[in-house]
Amino acid sequence: MANPKRQKVALVGNPNSGKSSLFNQLTGLNQKIGNFPGVTVEKRLGLASLPDGSAVEFMDLPGIYSIYPRSLDEQIVAEILLNHHSPTTPDKIIVIADATNLKRGLLLLSQIIDLGLPTIFALNMMDLVAKAGITYDLKALSLNLGVPVVPINARMGIGLAELKKVILQPGLSPEKQIFHIWDEAKAPIKELRNSLKVDNDYEAYQFLEQPKSLAFLSREEQKIVNDVRQKHSFFPGKFQGAETIQRYGFIQDLLNEVTLKQTDFSWKNYSRKIDKILTHKFWGYALFFALLFLIFQAIFAWATVPMDMIDLLFSDLSRHLHSVLPPGPLTSLLADGIVPGIGGIIIFVPQIAILFAFISVLEESGYMARVVFLMDKLMRRFGLNGKSVVPLMSGVACAIPAIMATRTIDNWKERTITIFVTPLMSCSARLPVFTILIALIVPDQKALGFFNLQGIALMGLYLLGFLAALGSAWVMNLIIRVKERSYLIMELPTYRLPKWSNVGYTIVEKTKAFVLEAGKVIMAISIILWVLASYGPGDKLSNARQNVLAESANLRLTDQGLEDRIAAYKLENSYAGVIGKAIEPAIRPLGYDWKIGIALVTSFAAREVFVGTMATIYSIGSASNDQDATIKSRMREEVNPATGGPRFTPAVGFSLLVFYTFAMQCMSTIAVVYRETKGWKWPILQLLYMTALAYLSALVVYQILS
Amino acid sequence: MAENLKNVSQMKPGDIAIIAGFTDEYLSFKLMEMGCLPGVPVRFNFTAPFGDPVCISVSGYELSLRLEEAATISILS
Repeated sequence: MANPKRQKVALVGNPNSGKSSLFNQLTGLNQKIGNFPGVTVEKRLGLASLPDGSAVEFMDLPGIYSIYPRSLDEQIVAEILLNHHSPTTPDKIIVIADATNLKRGLLLLSQIIDLGLPTIFALNMMDLVAKAGITYDLKALSLNLGVPVVPINARMGIGLAELKKVILQPGLSPEKQIFHIWDEAKAPIKELRNSLKVDNDYEAYQFLEQPKSLAFLSREEQKIVNDVRQKHSFFPGKFQGAETIQRYGFIQDLLNEVTLKQTDFSWKNYSRKIDKILTHKFWGYALFFALLFLIFQAIFAWATVPMDMIDLLFSDLSRHLHSVLPPGPLTSLLADGIVPGIGGIIIFVPQIAILFAFISVLEESGYMARVVFLMDKLMRRFGLNGKSVVPLMSGVACAIPAIMATRTIDNWKERTITIFVTPLMSCSARLPVFTILIALIVPDQKALGFFNLQGIALMGLYLLGFLAALGSAWVMNLIIRVKERSYLIMELPTYRLPKWSNVGYTIVEKTKAFVLEAGKVIMAISIILWVLASYGPGDKLSNARQNVLAESANLRLTDQGLEDRIAAYKLENSYAGVIGKAIEPAIRPLGYDWKIGIALVTSFAAREVFVGTMATIYSIGSASNDQDATIKSRMREEVNPATGGPRFTPAVGFSLLVFYTFAMQCMSTIAVVYRETKGWKWPILQLLYMTALAYLSALVVYQILS
Repeated sequence: MAENLKNVSQMKPGDIAIIAGFTDEYLSFKLMEMGCLPGVPVRFNFTAPFGDPVCISVSGYELSLRLEEAATISILS
């Protein structure tokens, strides 16, 4: 924005054409992620400098096969390519294609050339082209297409200097029109060009063909397009098949002319051999489940080390702030509200980074498409799609990136169901709640001399969440009736070794997106919670110290014990405590008292707050080193005045576990669902459904067990 | 037109045939964009463990599609 002369260059290409490699090679770590207006699709922007020292901004767009969109991802690209008169319109477009097989890349290129924006054609994977024994006449290719052609090897960064030189040249609109527009369409196009600012015939033709991709037009302009369409009875999609055939005809002629030496595809044979094992009846599934096990092992076992360090760091920081700053509400807000809030976000970063390291390797190698292939039939029975596997897997770490990953599902119904059920997968924020409750009610014993009972209980909860997700999907599949058809036409890319720097960039990008997306909400919520827990009606809170001193004058408390008691007293009389007491009648059938009620209230927005609230309410100093053990023993000692027995009986414990497995309790997820589904309908339905499911299941569990 | 034509879903692993046309207009747009064009040879590679989806080679690409989608591609054989 600051520099008007800075060029904007968009990267467009088929999936698996090496677009991300090219973007990463061009921009290095100079990347930032923005949002496209209205949707959470990441817009990857990156800066680079050209040989003359000027800066250029690259924009990486989602991979597409054609400018006719089918999924949300693709629609964004279509809108950017059609919108020629906005400040974000790219000055140049680089179309990147897999040169080992040019047909489909040329289809996309021919469409983009016809749109009339200055275009550069980057032929990628020239190393494989040489290996496969293909030779192209690049001059003839460029001459026939009317755009510059640059051979590159994006993985190794070869040819980028030449590419940058071409970017530096003044961008000229391609003069060729490859597609010959049908005679029937000429009259409406002419009318449209007279009344709207449209650069060329094909752009006008696309306006007629793509009513859904014109959100950038004003209402009046959209009306003009609609009127023209109606007046000439132009049906979108009427000519689309014929257009593709005409383009492929041109492409076949072109390839016959410019391909000097053709090849067979036998160099790909290794990929077929790998597929024999990885899509095998038995080994295919065995290897996939082994891989899942490895991923979960990594998320739960290996990630705990950095997570503990982060936890310690933030609690130390909190304590440090208390000791150096003067006491008062601002210090308390900072040390008890904001710092733990940030800590509560950062603590999930290791798990999310590890998960996306795996997912990115699987995607880079081409294996993820095989997972979709293997799972599609199974998932379809539940109204899902093979592509739902990735979101459901990601949901085990965090529902936010998982829900954002549903964008690749082109079918609206399957995508909506996937979004709806993903939060039922047990995410990492449930883990601390599970751990402490299981430790409290399940004995640390071995069953059959082999399996640890606590481990089995934990696994059972994950399984429960997964089954609930599948079951809910199955029910939704019966309820939702749509005409839209589901299909799975997907490329199985050739296997290749992942490029590690791309994996690194993905990790950074996804982690950043999580911290920013979830961060905003968790931050705001932790401040609200702090207010609810720090202020209360009447003057009980301001007189907390005197009241506690008066109550416990003959108890001979240590200083620490006294402070803990004051904290608990404050919480009890705060707004959070008042709400906890108010909802007690509603949660009594589940076996909970008002203290657990407070924890339910505070974890409404973020479930992981449960443990912290328990610590405060049972007056355990947050400064304690062995916090978990203390909370556990204190919770174990808690007495239920009605029975005289312990408060946390197995019935209460299991009821709570089931409640936390099913309940929504995550404001960030609600926010992401709102944005991904563009409305309040689905997040509200989801919240109601999950709360009802949690409440009823917890009720049943408690009533049966007690 | 396609009553007596076979379709891709009836092919066996290893079979090669020529695409004759499509019986479903909506899917044909997507299939053609992915390289399934009338007159182009198609090879049936293998199926997923439950027989669905299937993997075919066409125009030098490996595509996976569901049986019901494969059934919309008519072949000459």
